[in-house]
Amino acid sequence: MRTKATPAPALVLQGDEIAAGFTTSGRPHAAADTAAAMPINSANDSAIPALHSRPAAIKKWFQQKGRHIAVRIFAIILAAGLWQAASANEWNFLLNFENIPTPVTVGNEFVEQLQNPTFYTHLGVSIKRILIAYVLAALLGIFLGVLMGRYAVVEDIFIPYIEILRPIPAVAWIPLSILMLPTEESSIIFITFLGALFPIVLNTLHGVEQTPSTLVRAARSFGASDRAILWHVIIPGAMPSIVAGLAIGMGVAWFSLLAGEIISGQYGIGYFTWTSYQMVEYPHIIIGMLMIGALGTTSTALVKLAAKPLLRWQSDKGSR
Amino acid sequence: METSSLEKPQARTVLRYPSTDTLRRRQQHNRGHVSIADLSIRFGQDANAHIAVQNFNLTIEPGEFVCLLGPSGCGKSTVMNALAGFIKASQGNVQLDGKTVEKPGPDRGMVFQQHSLLPWKTVLENVAFGPLMTGATKSQAESLARTFLEVVGLSAYAERFPNTLSGGMQQRVGIARALANYPSVLLMDEPFGALDAQTRHMMQENLLEIWSEFRNTVLFVTHDIDEAVYLADRVIVMSAAPGRLIEDIRIDLPRPRTEDVYSDPAFISIKQRCLKLIRDETMKAFAQQNQA
Repeated sequence: MRTKATPAPALVLQGDEIAAGFTTSGRPHAAADTAAAMPINSANDSAIPALHSRPAAIKKWFQQKGRHIAVRIFAIILAAGLWQAASANEWNFLLNFENIPTPVTVGNEFVEQLQNPTFYTHLGVSIKRILIAYVLAALLGIFLGVLMGRYAVVEDIFIPYIEILRPIPAVAWIPLSILMLPTEESSIIFITFLGALFPIVLNTLHGVEQTPSTLVRAARSFGASDRAILWHVIIPGAMPSIVAGLAIGMGVAWFSLLAGEIISGQYGIGYFTWTSYQMVEYPHIIIGMLMIGALGTTSTALVKLAAKPLLRWQSDKGSR
Repeated sequence: METSSLEKPQARTVLRYPSTDTLRRRQQHNRGHVSIADLSIRFGQDANAHIAVQNFNLTIEPGEFVCLLGPSGCGKSTVMNALAGFIKASQGNVQLDGKTVEKPGPDRGMVFQQHSLLPWKTVLENVAFGPLMTGATKSQAESLARTFLEVVGLSAYAERFPNTLSGGMQQRVGIARALANYPSVLLMDEPFGALDAQTRHMMQENLLEIWSEFRNTVLFVTHDIDEAVYLADRVIVMSAAPGRLIEDIRIDLPRPRTEDVYSDPAFISIKQRCLKLIRDETMKAFAQQNQA
């Protein structure tokens, strides 16, 4: 127990509290959130200010966030309106809209497709391929990236392969993977896996190499073993970079998957899009494209969301 | 046979994680005796070799607060890093409690200049890190961490992440973290160098107060003369590169020391002596650089 309570430490604390207050409430979003929330809280205490504060809170919300959301929705509606006008009037100058269905037609077809079980099979097959390929790429990519970052020999062994193979687009892998792998399904998964692998490996490697040596020294001086340093210092330190690699990898995975599905396979959203073109089902092309976009965006967002708890220490910083 | 194997780990735990009382008792058992004998440290090979430290001798008694003072680049931090185990001696030998230092270890509590807390761990997890690494269970480490956060007055910030704290608070977490391993010696490498003057003063007072409670051996590196004289029992003045010991000044100013010390004639005369030594050394260093 501490018996002497001299004013000195208390004074330090005060000064620091003020400084700490600055760093946290200094960020505009936090300040705005509390400012917006406060009138609502006080409204519970007495009924009279509620008349004033509720619209004020809504107004504040609109100025902070709502305005941006409104502009974004408007931008999409505007584009859809232009597209509708161009298709309905068979616009043909620079771009040819004569064969392009209107958004209304596409919407109707989409509702129809939603009642068609085959459509779900296409989606399910694509998602399954992504899942298998991506999980394999993430496991191998992080493992390899950490090893390469920790041991120069491993980096020297693998870097030449990565540098040579990385620029080769997924489409170029198709012939070889069909020749080398037993089934069409496995070649598509292999191509998807390759696409996701490189960004994950390289970002992990970069993150591991960026870990400040001061932190490693500090951990060592407090008795941490090499293994403990890996788990407590290197990997958490590389985590922002690893997560970035995982997010990019997810995008590239869809990209590669589509290349594979267009050229071979019997199901999948890429196959659906391409056969729609061959079968002159033009609305389906657009449905396929939009589904790919939606799935890609959703899966990347899911990766980021899943990684959020691991990066909590960063987001608390206040700056973006 | 069975009983002894059951009791053994328990006995070890008790030995490693003593109460504050045990620590005080242990302090009386002459823990934290530093002996640096004829230490030279060279970087690089042959013709390109840079001699950072030359024939450096220093003995620190348990419980002494020693400041290493010298112009920048004189090798003060190199001496400290040799004691920390980060740098190998090219010649001579560094011992802590009779054992030659070979690698970093938890018996030396390091406080670094800045940004050495693990940003992804909360304040509490940072302080608990050392005990956890040296064999404490999670709950032992956490309760130790809470104790030491209380010592540095930051209990209220246990769940915060380091980057939400001010620089001064981060350094106090750093001190708590170093103390949590019950080190024989506290090694502080310009810990307040990056802080503003006001916070630095408060941190110095704060440190002395904490130290008065634990009485660890402290080796404190600084280039700030006021800081060295204010804090230390002994100020070791080092020469410009290669670093040698040129003066070992005992500071007999009474403790506890407050702001009033700064106007004490004894303080001022020691300060002026240090100032002269450092100025001469800095001039020498400039002359060397101009020749080169």
